[in-house]
Amino acid sequence: MADTVAGLHRHQAPAPSARLRISAYTATSAAGCGNAATLSSLRSRTSGLSRNNFGSQPVDTYIGRVNGLQDEPLPQHLKQWDCRNNRLAWLGLNQDEFISAVEAARQRHGATRVAIVLGTSTSSIGATEEAYRSLDNAGRFPQHLLNPLIHTPHSTGDFLRHALSLDGICVTVGTACSSSAKVFAQGERLLRSGLADAVVVGGVDSLCDSVLFGFNSLELVSRERCRPFDVARDGINLGEAAGFALIERALLEPDGTVPVLLGYGESSDAFHMSSPHPQGVGARSAIADCLARAGLSADAVNYVNLHGTASRKNDEIEAKVINELFSPNTLASSTKGWTGHTLGAAGIVEAVITLLALQHSFAPGTLNTTQLEPGCPQLRTDNTDASLRTGMSLSFAFGGSNCALLFGRDA
Amino acid sequence: MSATTAYIEGVGIWSERLPGWDMARRIFCAEIAAPAEACKRPSPDILPPNERRRAPDTVAIALAVGSEACAHAQREPCTLPSVFASTHGDLAITDYMCETLASTPELLSPIRFHNSVHNAAAGYWAIATGSMRPYTAISADRYSFGNGLLEALVQAQSDHESVLLVAYDIAARGPLANVVSTTGRLGCALVLGCQRTPKSRYALQWQMRETGQQRKSTPSTEPDHLETASTESASLVAGNAMAPALPMFEAIACSPRRIVCPIGPNLHLELALSPVNEGSC
Repeated sequence: MADTVAGLHRHQAPAPSARLRISAYTATSAAGCGNAATLSSLRSRTSGLSRNNFGSQPVDTYIGRVNGLQDEPLPQHLKQWDCRNNRLAWLGLNQDEFISAVEAARQRHGATRVAIVLGTSTSSIGATEEAYRSLDNAGRFPQHLLNPLIHTPHSTGDFLRHALSLDGICVTVGTACSSSAKVFAQGERLLRSGLADAVVVGGVDSLCDSVLFGFNSLELVSRERCRPFDVARDGINLGEAAGFALIERALLEPDGTVPVLLGYGESSDAFHMSSPHPQGVGARSAIADCLARAGLSADAVNYVNLHGTASRKNDEIEAKVINELFSPNTLASSTKGWTGHTLGAAGIVEAVITLLALQHSFAPGTLNTTQLEPGCPQLRTDNTDASLRTGMSLSFAFGGSNCALLFGRDA
Repeated sequence: MSATTAYIEGVGIWSERLPGWDMARRIFCAEIAAPAEACKRPSPDILPPNERRRAPDTVAIALAVGSEACAHAQREPCTLPSVFASTHGDLAITDYMCETLASTPELLSPIRFHNSVHNAAAGYWAIATGSMRPYTAISADRYSFGNGLLEALVQAQSDHESVLLVAYDIAARGPLANVVSTTGRLGCALVLGCQRTPKSRYALQWQMRETGQQRKSTPSTEPDHLETASTESASLVAGNAMAPALPMFEAIACSPRRIVCPIGPNLHLELALSPVNEGSC
């Protein structure tokens, strides 16, 4: 299939994705620690958003905060990596028997054959911010923060390698809000190339001043609970989350119980550092690339978990793209009213929500929204009970980096 | 697994005393001496003039070496997917952000904020070249070059096309410089193809190998054995976090051979370089 979107400069069809099974998955966010709590919040339409109480002079907004992290230091053998981001990673790892699933994969394949591809936007920068707030008289970091392990973008990737006792490829993807969607693409390539037999993909991003004051400086945060795709939406809420999935090559004889990654698509807007392309050209090509790799048409997509940040521009452009590309029968929603925008962790959190939707036969709606953006019949505010065979998750980022993922029920 | 062959189509490099591939390769081969004084930061000509002046160092250097490698490969930049690797991202912006957040957070610059993302250089590259092809931006502590190279090789192999690799790091600034050790400015780039074409300059056989030691229980801060660059060239970029890239570029310049590029405490890439067209590099 040749690309039909103008300006893509691709000379050939994308290589088909290898069919990959998702052997285990989990997400921890303000909507709940682990899959059962997340599912329960989604079903009961309970938002995890609360008034911003983060830091000494909080920005006037709502946030999706994971409570209790400040009181839960890492266990002794991992304390060298102690910081908010790695505590959140540890909390996330300890849900849904994820560590046991990785341990089983390590036993099956060997420690050097299990890779880690971790997405994050700001990683452990919160620890660096803290150090700058508490410099000594000579302008140096205080002793307890004088630790290079928590002042580098790869901090959480390195932490995971030790926490999971793995020796395979270990790399951090930092493409802002598409980071932990793109980890599935990179993981798929490692499996297809035979460089790994299993890959722990995931994303961890924690609240910090950089993003709260940063998005505030761009006038992108809402003072209210965010209302994705509402005609009166006025900005985003920031959140924090950790999520992981264990991906392996699909069994030749699928047993019908394990979900699969059917395809992924990636593209760039080539437009602006912090504004999406006005016609959504990059979003369209990521979706087209994903469907081409999966060998499916848009009509085969039952549910789309949208990027839906509740910013004026993103939602307007995304709604247009969805309406033009998908069948009116496709269900589409943004779940950021539950979690907030978890930035580098948004890709994995929303991938996990999409997997939960497939597993439990229901499409979450859109929370806090009363009047939907017109012209996009796919958008839903209410939850819908429906047997779903396929679900897509969309992630778009600063720097114009876009990623689409397509999941299916194995059968 | 058996070795895979990729092809180096183009090369770019910039450091204060390695200003561009043409000079750098002659410096590596001891044909000329390195400039005694540090050279001025390269001008990223592909950016509009107002953007060019205010571009952060990481962006200016990444765009300059990416452009050089594409021109060397005679590839249109907008046709190539790309992999951007940096150990620490733009540490000058990190220092600015943390300092401002500690003193006057409400005055944080929105432009510096959006330039603080790890994919800023990749994003500016896409905007400047009009490339809608995917890019990624990765980091892997002191294995950042090795993992960037690996991801570019994997993309070239699995999607059967040429891929641009750009790797860069700059000096740490402010209080962070006491904790994060990287100095100077270094950027380097390769265009890597998956099949032999008239654009191929070197064949690059690559294979991932286990280094044969058990996972270290200690954090990965102490150096392991690296394939070291020759002393004189190494001193030109010594201390920069992307210095592990240097042996690859030295080998391309003057002595195509086998080299080892670490990608983790227990894994490395075994690389065998051989010329495709004599004298074309």
